[in-house]
Amino acid sequence: MATITEVLPRPTYGATGLWSWITTVDHKRIGVLYGSTALVFMLLSGIEAGLIRMQLATPDSDILGPSRYNQMFTMHATVMIFMVIMPMGVAFFNFVVPLAIGARDVAFPRLNALSYWIFLFGAILMHFSFIVNQVPDAGWFSYANLTEQPFSKNMGLDFWALGLLVLGTSSVAGGLNFVVTIINLRAPGMSLMRMPVFVWMTLLTSILLILAMPVITVGLIELVMDRNFGTHFFVPSEGGDPILWQHLFWVFGHPEVYILILPPMGIVSEILPTFSKKPLFGYPFVIFSGIVIAIMGWAVWSHHMFTVGLGPIANSVFTITTMLIAVPTGVKIFNWLGTLWKGSIELTTPMLYALGFIFLFIIGGLSGVSHAVSPSDFQQQDTYYIVAHLHYVLFGGSIMGIFAGIYYWWPKLTGRMLNETLGKLNFWLIFIGMNVTFFPMHFVGMNGMPRRIYTYSSEFGWGDLNLLASFGYLILFVGFLVFLFNLWQNRTARRVSHDPWDAPGVEWTIASPPPSYNFAEVPHIRGRDHYWIVKDEAREAGNPITEPEPMVDPSTIHMPSPSYWPIVTAMGVGLIAGGLLSHYGVSFLGGLIAFIGVIGWSNEPAAAEEGH
Amino acid sequence: MAHSPETAHHPEPSHGAHGEELTRHGETGHGEHSGSVGHDYTTTGLNHRKMLMWVFLGSDCLFFGSLIATYMVYRGQSLQGPYPIDIIDIPITTISTFVLLCSSFAMVRALAATNENNQTGIKLWLLATAVLGGIFIGFQVYEFNLFKNEGLTLGQNLFGATFFTLTGFHGAHVTLGIIWLFALFILSFKGRIHPGTALDVEICGLYWHFVDIVWIVIFTLLYLVGGFDAGPAAPGH
Repeated sequence: MATITEVLPRPTYGATGLWSWITTVDHKRIGVLYGSTALVFMLLSGIEAGLIRMQLATPDSDILGPSRYNQMFTMHATVMIFMVIMPMGVAFFNFVVPLAIGARDVAFPRLNALSYWIFLFGAILMHFSFIVNQVPDAGWFSYANLTEQPFSKNMGLDFWALGLLVLGTSSVAGGLNFVVTIINLRAPGMSLMRMPVFVWMTLLTSILLILAMPVITVGLIELVMDRNFGTHFFVPSEGGDPILWQHLFWVFGHPEVYILILPPMGIVSEILPTFSKKPLFGYPFVIFSGIVIAIMGWAVWSHHMFTVGLGPIANSVFTITTMLIAVPTGVKIFNWLGTLWKGSIELTTPMLYALGFIFLFIIGGLSGVSHAVSPSDFQQQDTYYIVAHLHYVLFGGSIMGIFAGIYYWWPKLTGRMLNETLGKLNFWLIFIGMNVTFFPMHFVGMNGMPRRIYTYSSEFGWGDLNLLASFGYLILFVGFLVFLFNLWQNRTARRVSHDPWDAPGVEWTIASPPPSYNFAEVPHIRGRDHYWIVKDEAREAGNPITEPEPMVDPSTIHMPSPSYWPIVTAMGVGLIAGGLLSHYGVSFLGGLIAFIGVIGWSNEPAAAEEGH
Repeated sequence: MAHSPETAHHPEPSHGAHGEELTRHGETGHGEHSGSVGHDYTTTGLNHRKMLMWVFLGSDCLFFGSLIATYMVYRGQSLQGPYPIDIIDIPITTISTFVLLCSSFAMVRALAATNENNQTGIKLWLLATAVLGGIFIGFQVYEFNLFKNEGLTLGQNLFGATFFTLTGFHGAHVTLGIIWLFALFILSFKGRIHPGTALDVEICGLYWHFVDIVWIVIFTLLYLVGGFDAGPAAPGH
């Protein structure tokens, strides 16, 4: 190892430039990497959605054609779920959680970097399918036996399955890291029942990731083996059962739904108290309903399979469990409303997004209850009613929550405030565009328009509402451009204090942007709304707090050093998967690189020697 | 709920405690931290890496659980032979199972020797664990070859697909464990395995015992229970 370290000296702490980003183990920087990568994919996937809406805008249209259309709806969903909403959640985990629990970093900083690089390489691997023009086209659920060789001859689904396997590795590694971080790195006084709701939701999401990802991993492995190694797991003519795929997929897929929504629920639970100027109403109920959701989320997966024919008993049981899980979700909504009740509400951009989240999520939740009932679902299954429902919870819920979080924590990240006027314009465009796009889908769905068809006849009378939905997309797209412009103009935006929102969280006690070590002195947590308690006491004592915690010379604090081994190891993992798509020699090379990466990693102390 | 019972037992961390914590417990290389001083502060008092391994094993439970579920769903669903009753050899696999269980015993001794700083014992028992694991893999290679020669392949029937996938991934776990054990064995010659680094051995042991326990489930279900399955006409299916 000595020779390698002489050629490539270990990067020093606090460096800048591209190399410092490649080798970073700082949770804040990794959060920025996750977030910016997810924004790029959001744009990509948004363009795919635009192509879908273009194709559907008028009846009997043939702009995309059936096969491109299939590729677009498959990649739109896959990218939005695995490369936008999930990594956006992880971006917030990374940036916020260590700051919110008073820690200097996550428990395993290099593993954290590894998670990001594996995520990036997995996402790139899947997008290689566009370069070779063999794009996955079987839907994000990729139901067997449509995915078997005779029906999907090109390599699109191999890209899909191997890409998801790589992304899953990243998610599990990230989940492990955050479980240990949250359980083990809390500052003194930060007991479990004092943890911010966002941290709680991160913990639950991480546990769901750790437990749900292996299930889809097994399904994907079986799919890859069916397509490449001659097995017949999902081939009925050989005794295999396509329904097994559906079970494996949805046993993962339903906890996945909560993986997508719990982090935004956490974000909203931070924002509502801040801008209502009162503590979260019924904090323990919000936490326990989150726990109940995370447990019950495992007992509802077959509601995705009501029309498969599992029989009346299975359908009844899953109807009941699905209706039950609406209860803890409703509890949360009432607690949010209770937080607003008689609060001094400030309608800032993050608050608008949080209120938009509640409004739209309620609509999505109500349409969800209507197909929790299996006989009713028989009517709605595979229609645009379902598309409307899922976009109200995933766009109206998750994406609105993510925008809320970006506007809320942006001043902490950069020390500058995003433009509030642009922010409000951004919110209203997104909010109106979202409703114009997706609300008409309830009606075309009830009128029988099926999902995943590339066109429809003008005789059905679905044309007007589809045109309206496509118009709504344009509003959404302009809204997103306003958002990007707002981020871009931030370079010259006004600097703000360390605590511009007068927020209760521990992360607001330190300077903005936070110093590399976060906390010069490990804080002693005083209560649930730590910084409010501290600020109130200071105000009563007659010297209100206007300054952040003082900064110190970073070299006096022993922090983990940057390392290039995570990206080396991740590259090896990416090549192993890439080799299965091209040449096994590449896989072998990838295995070798990953092995060297692990050896180099374990021979390298987490922090460089003093004076380095 | 207002107080903090889990932190009450620990000394207050001084300035810089978390930074030191990150280097002491946060994924340090083998034994590099033996000379450093400072608090061992974690919120729960448990070590980060040990907790990571436990949580990972929870994840791996679902991985093997899904593979085992696939096997159980497809029991007796093969449309053509060879069926388990034709080729499963319980006595031979009983021997290899015994060997694997013995390796767990050796692993326990290796950790005990580490805690006692018995350098000969450390080397002996680490090597014994790895070698016993290797013998188990040898049995598996022999079995896979035998089955292949008797016509059972991944593509032959569902039994072949589920059997090779499940036991294959288990074998891969064992192989990874053997590589890990050899890494510790090599480190022991550099004097880097001692009571101060016993955690490195303990975490490897957690993994090793888990893989053993998974084998006990596999042996029970695929051999003792499913080993007598015949074709699709078998009663109960």
